[in-house]
Amino acid sequence: MMASSYNAKEEVDGHHPGSSNHGGTGPINSKKPDNTAFKQQRLPAWQPILTAGTVLPAFFVIGLIFIPIGIGLYVTSNNIKEFEIDYTGAEPNSPCYVCAQNFSWNSTTPCFCTVNFTLQQPFENNIYMYYGLSNFYQNHRRYVKSRDDKQLNGDSKALEEPSSDCEPYRKSGGAPVAPCGAIANSLFNDTLDLSYVETNGTSTPIELQKSGIAWWTDKHVKFKNPPGSNLSVAFQNTVKPVNWRRPVYELDPSNPDNNGFINEDLIVWMRTAALPTFRKLYRIIPKKSGAVSTLPSGSYSLRIAYNYPVLSFDGRKRMILSTISWMGGKNPFLGIAYITVGSICFFLGIVLLIINHKYGNRSSSAEIPN
Amino acid sequence: MTWRSPLALVRDALQGQRAREKELRSLTSNLPHEGQGRGTQPNRFFSSNAIKTTKYSLLFFIPMNLFEQFHRLANIYFVGLAILNFIPVVNAFQPEVALIPICVILSLTALKDAWEDFRRYQSDRRVNNMPCFIYSRKQKRFVERRWKDVRVGDFVKVVCNEIVPADLLLLYSSEPNGVCHIETANLDGETNLKQRTVVSGVCTTDRGFEPESFNSTVVCEKPNNNLNHFKCFVEKPNKEKLGAGIESLLLRGCTVRNTGHAVGFVVYAGHETKSMLNNGGSRSKRSKLERKLNIDVFFCVILLFTMCLVGSVGHYMWLESRTGSPPYLLPDSRSNSLASFHMFFTMIILLQILIPISLYLSIELVKIGQIFFIVNDIDLYDEETDSCMQCRALNITEDLGQIDYVFSDKTGTLTENKMVFRRCTIMGTEFPHKENAIRLAVLDEPESEEEIIFNQRPHSSQTAWSFEGEDAGPMDMHRRGQKKSKVVGTARSDVAFSSPLETEVVPDQNLVRQISRAESRGGSQRTDPYLDFFLALTICNTVVVSRATARRQRAGLSPCSSQTNNSFEALSDLVKKASLLIQRKSSRFRAQSQGPVIDSVRMESPADTNGLSPSVRPTAPAGSENLYYEAESPDEAALVHAARAYGFVLLARTPKNVSVRLPSGQVLDFEVLDVLTFDSNRKRMSVLVRHPITKECVLYTKGADFAIMELLGTPYAENLSKSHKNIASDTQRHLDGYAKEGFRTLCIAKKVVSEDEYRRWLVSRKSAQAAIEQKEQLIMDTAVQMETNLTLLGATGIEDRLQENVPDTTVALREAGIHVWVLTGDKLETAVNIGYACRLLEDEDLLISMSCKNKVTCTSSLDCNLEEMRRYSENPQNVGTIPNISLVIDGHTLAMVLSPDLQDRFVDLAKRCRTVLCCRMTPLQKSAVVKLVRDKLKVMTLAVGDGANDVNMIQAADVGVGISGQEGMQAVMASDFAISRFKHLKKLLLVHGHWCYTRLANMIIYFFYKNVAYVNLLFWYQFFCGFTGTAMIDYWLMIFFNLFFTSTPPIMFGIFDKDVSAEVLLGVPELYRTGQGKGEYNFLTFWISILDAFYQSLVGFFIPYWVYKDSDVDIFTFGTPLNTISLFTMLLHLSIEIKSWTVVHWIIMLGSVGLYFGVTLAYSAICVNCNPPSNAYWVLQSQMGDPMFYLVCTISTLVALLPRYTFHVLKNSISPSPLLQGRELDRMDPSTRDQWIREWRGFRGGGGGQVKRYQLSPPPSPTQETPVDFRPEFLNSAEATSDDFSLNVTTQRPVYT
Repeated sequence: MMASSYNAKEEVDGHHPGSSNHGGTGPINSKKPDNTAFKQQRLPAWQPILTAGTVLPAFFVIGLIFIPIGIGLYVTSNNIKEFEIDYTGAEPNSPCYVCAQNFSWNSTTPCFCTVNFTLQQPFENNIYMYYGLSNFYQNHRRYVKSRDDKQLNGDSKALEEPSSDCEPYRKSGGAPVAPCGAIANSLFNDTLDLSYVETNGTSTPIELQKSGIAWWTDKHVKFKNPPGSNLSVAFQNTVKPVNWRRPVYELDPSNPDNNGFINEDLIVWMRTAALPTFRKLYRIIPKKSGAVSTLPSGSYSLRIAYNYPVLSFDGRKRMILSTISWMGGKNPFLGIAYITVGSICFFLGIVLLIINHKYGNRSSSAEIPN
Repeated sequence: MTWRSPLALVRDALQGQRAREKELRSLTSNLPHEGQGRGTQPNRFFSSNAIKTTKYSLLFFIPMNLFEQFHRLANIYFVGLAILNFIPVVNAFQPEVALIPICVILSLTALKDAWEDFRRYQSDRRVNNMPCFIYSRKQKRFVERRWKDVRVGDFVKVVCNEIVPADLLLLYSSEPNGVCHIETANLDGETNLKQRTVVSGVCTTDRGFEPESFNSTVVCEKPNNNLNHFKCFVEKPNKEKLGAGIESLLLRGCTVRNTGHAVGFVVYAGHETKSMLNNGGSRSKRSKLERKLNIDVFFCVILLFTMCLVGSVGHYMWLESRTGSPPYLLPDSRSNSLASFHMFFTMIILLQILIPISLYLSIELVKIGQIFFIVNDIDLYDEETDSCMQCRALNITEDLGQIDYVFSDKTGTLTENKMVFRRCTIMGTEFPHKENAIRLAVLDEPESEEEIIFNQRPHSSQTAWSFEGEDAGPMDMHRRGQKKSKVVGTARSDVAFSSPLETEVVPDQNLVRQISRAESRGGSQRTDPYLDFFLALTICNTVVVSRATARRQRAGLSPCSSQTNNSFEALSDLVKKASLLIQRKSSRFRAQSQGPVIDSVRMESPADTNGLSPSVRPTAPAGSENLYYEAESPDEAALVHAARAYGFVLLARTPKNVSVRLPSGQVLDFEVLDVLTFDSNRKRMSVLVRHPITKECVLYTKGADFAIMELLGTPYAENLSKSHKNIASDTQRHLDGYAKEGFRTLCIAKKVVSEDEYRRWLVSRKSAQAAIEQKEQLIMDTAVQMETNLTLLGATGIEDRLQENVPDTTVALREAGIHVWVLTGDKLETAVNIGYACRLLEDEDLLISMSCKNKVTCTSSLDCNLEEMRRYSENPQNVGTIPNISLVIDGHTLAMVLSPDLQDRFVDLAKRCRTVLCCRMTPLQKSAVVKLVRDKLKVMTLAVGDGANDVNMIQAADVGVGISGQEGMQAVMASDFAISRFKHLKKLLLVHGHWCYTRLANMIIYFFYKNVAYVNLLFWYQFFCGFTGTAMIDYWLMIFFNLFFTSTPPIMFGIFDKDVSAEVLLGVPELYRTGQGKGEYNFLTFWISILDAFYQSLVGFFIPYWVYKDSDVDIFTFGTPLNTISLFTMLLHLSIEIKSWTVVHWIIMLGSVGLYFGVTLAYSAICVNCNPPSNAYWVLQSQMGDPMFYLVCTISTLVALLPRYTFHVLKNSISPSPLLQGRELDRMDPSTRDQWIREWRGFRGGGGGQVKRYQLSPPPSPTQETPVDFRPEFLNSAEATSDDFSLNVTTQRPVYT
């Protein structure tokens, strides 16, 4: 990659040419510095010189490696099928317009709306269902801080006395909030149900898998329920966060193992998003056995229990269906970037080739200008 | 302990305060009060002899150390931020975590301080507990006590080879004549013996000193740090005042030598002693680079504020645009504007590392490393004196790489300062000493040829000797001895004054005849000018004679503290500031410790002085020939040795007496009436003696020619045929000839003082000596009174040989673009000659000589020369040709041109000159010139000198270099760097200076880049988190990133990187120019690197941003690739900058990467919820399991570095810098390289020579008395007249061998 030449320097042991050593070895107490390669700064060294001639191959090699990678990434990204639907209900003609307008955190009866959509192509393999939020600053510094990891880890002391970081969602009416803090309080609580609408109008609900959406380490190490066999007992002295409809131990009525702090929807939400527009994994639609597409092309309806207000702060809510590859979700950027950079390197390689041709022979007869 | 009222205590304290502050102190003996309470002690107010150099006490270490550390602005900034973080409304991180960096830095510094302090404590304890003898009234004898028990007013006895515990007024010495010899090596490094005399008239009894009978009061001045002055008088009960000065003061830390024992009265103790007051700690200068650095730090502060302002305004706008009450916005009682105002401070905390606090610590570490390598350079080690390079200033190494002007002293710096007597002129007759010149020429030959030459030459010398009917023995003996001592000398170190080169003079036959004629005419009974001349040489000096039998035994010296084989210790020693009494021992006069060896040599050649003629053979036993002359100035030693060669042997010198053996064998004891010591204003010294036979008072004076010539009075003797006028003019002519040959000249004069005159003078002298106010001035005035109406005896020419490789060094410095100026006290002709000898002046150079009598001529001459030069450079024909103009100016003229109205013109003229020689300079003028050039031209100056007269100049220059030569250690003490030979300057500047500068400059640029690049990542993120000050990187990892992962590589870069090898740097000095002026670290490079940092951080942020946009990535998972990318970008950026990769580089670079992954992985695996807001747990692991992570990191790093890399490649290919070409040379194998350099040099030299050769039309001299002559012609004539042997000064060694 760079010009390499190990300069053969004078070797370590021999006396330096400059130092005379006549008349014996001198007294032991001499202050003479040690004549070692290290102390005399004569360690053998590799001294690369970056010139067109020497770095040419590097540019071509980079180009030759990057362009295929880029193409591969681009193709992979294009093969990923992704479907996205905005169900915020901002526009009057949108099905969720009514729900969006009549929203209140405290309402006890959920507002339902149904969005119909059509998949042009069948989706194969495991399909990941995301909800996406826009203009939602989960990375606000004080918001990010507003949690108690100890409490979420099942620490009973923290359960009773949550960390002050949780303020003002730390205690409610004297009782500790579980889980405390602004993040938990703002838990995304829309319920999304997907059904396949056959041509005859009958709709078949599609099975959505709730488990496996959170990191394994989060589910098993980081998040733990407080000790006790019965969750409701364990949480008996706590109150639910203000915005929540149900206490933490009743988050998932269908699966008793998915309640409390180890509820995967909670875990996913607690992993605060890096950017104001983000998506979070909601459900997984597992691959069907045999050659049947997981989601065949056709009409679908998405039934939404519209609980989560975003319109007041110009937010958007989306539902995303996506297949997934080794490189994750659909993202053409990286492929294009690789192709571009590879091409630039290749181009630079050619430029350097010309330069080398023009100036290259000069380096052997270097002239030091005054 | 008796009880005393608090009031009394307060009164006592006030009294003490007053007593300490008084200009004069009256001290009385403690003995009458022995055993009484403290309150009655007369000297209780003065500090005791216990010393405490520690800064801290055990109890208060922490607060005091913190207080000390907070004197640094940087630390205050850091703590301020940490405190800011504790304010809930503005904090950015966990407040406790934010304390970590400052705590780490503070505690590291505190540890270092504590360790140093502990070392000081140990040393103090050792010193305080050293034994000494204090007189006790109860026991009626001196009892052994500890140093710390000594108090002012005590009587202390010191025995031979013991160290003086406090400043003692010498009252008694066991030696006859009340002399005490001391060695001041501990104080100033000078190892020659100095004589101190007892205060006369105090100790009147012969039976020894009885302290109890001492009832006088000692009145002395307030303690000061001047080692060479002390004002004091002893007031006897009968009000008689006895003056005493430094010559009666035994300084603390000196060692008593050659004296059985001495008793002194303690005048200053402990911290008030002169040696302690001189312990001023280490010098701290601020380097040019650091001054520039501070400006850039200021830019960083502006940048930081701008960014914070952007953050604050952005936050406000973001808040304003929030509608409704989004769930991510916590309820906040603050208004938006207040919140954004608070956000400003949060941003400062978040972006704080933009101010490179760790840079200062890193620079310190780098400099320690650089100094370690400079000190350990074997090429800067001098075998002869066994001394290595010393760095006394720890923080200006990089200034060595930016020097534009070098100001050099001549004597001892360019020359050896080993004086060799060459010629003399007596009564207007010159004695050329040809045989002596032959001997010196022979000595000059390489050793291998020595034998052959000796075999060839004896005939000529033998014939010369046989003229007197003498055998060739002395010469043979001398040769044998000389060879032997040469072998001995090289084994350890060369002998300073015992080497045959300086000590042995082959007498001139004519002169020998003259002397014998004079002796036979009646010898010492009559005053004969020839005898007087040699008597003056023998008497008029301060040479101390010691005999082989009385050779002092050196006490075990503490070894050189910087000399250790253990690199760690060496490093720590460098860190250590100057601490008491562990001062470096100079090895200047180490030669004397070789007594026994030299003795044996001497014994073989007892006839070296007595082989003149049978008639002058001394009758004294041969054993008395083992005399050693120890002189403060080498000239004196050379003159004494010369006189000895003619049979005038200085046998002994005491303050009261000088014994001289004449050639006839007769021993004369001269009573010394007074010594008018040398000072730089009078430029002469005199000794007033009473002639033992004629009983006349005779004043012998020697000094610079102009200092003597103007004082000449009546002719020597009427009976001489030549008139006095002729003698003076002949002598002057001879002197000019000597000067042209580069000899140092001294005039010898005498005066017979009448008894009346002497008595009258004595009265004023006594009163001057007892004076306290303006004592020096008064004493000088009395000296001037006496030195009038002198009679010229003759003059001597002493050769000071050039040091080895001086021409080579000056040529290399010149090629490196450094202007070399020589500032010397010598005559103009001497300076010019030396200038040619060391190739400061070349034959084809145009030489402007300015020597004006008055200011008007001076002005016109300046204008004239300037006009001529301007005309020349404006002439389009002369474009590209640089005239080599040299300026020679004398001190008198210089004093005029330094006046405010002329100095601009002078500087303008001087900067167009390649070399300036200033002669007849006083020390103050030297420093004035340095200051003028430094301030007017805004250039980096370096002053190099070896003597006390160079101290001003060394201190005035940006970099002061002291040469630990023959003239004591004052220059070294005042210097920043101490070398032992002038030639070391070449490697010090060209190699180490260049390296240190480029290393540090590049490291600093890199450091700024690194911090800006990293901080900007955080900054860009603010645009996506509503400017709320969120960090996407775990704070611990952020700290580790700066503290561990990326801190060592730049430090290593600053210590080890080697852009061009030493061989090439020495071979092609032109490469040095890269560091001069603005150098590599300038406005442009700084801002380019800042811009690059911005670009790289943009790439490092936005490529991952686009990759992870609208994905389910969480904050810290997003931050991990950013962190990794910046790690790789920074390390690879450094890799592009690193010029040579040694195994150290590889280890540190790979180690940093390994450490990053290791620590981060471990942290992510262990820390489940230890750092609450950030959930680093398993983040890196999950990322590393994702191929996207690697793809993102690869492309971001590559794109970030591509511009810099390409820029380097293109620049190197299209217009390579000189340094790059130097590196290309490096890659050739050594022989081809040398070949290439030689060819290139030859080509340039030939080409350049033609350009150089041009002639200016000689400017018309404005008046008759202003000779603006041109040296080349003058020199040619000088060369024609000089004999063959005088030219060995100018033998030029081939430059590149």
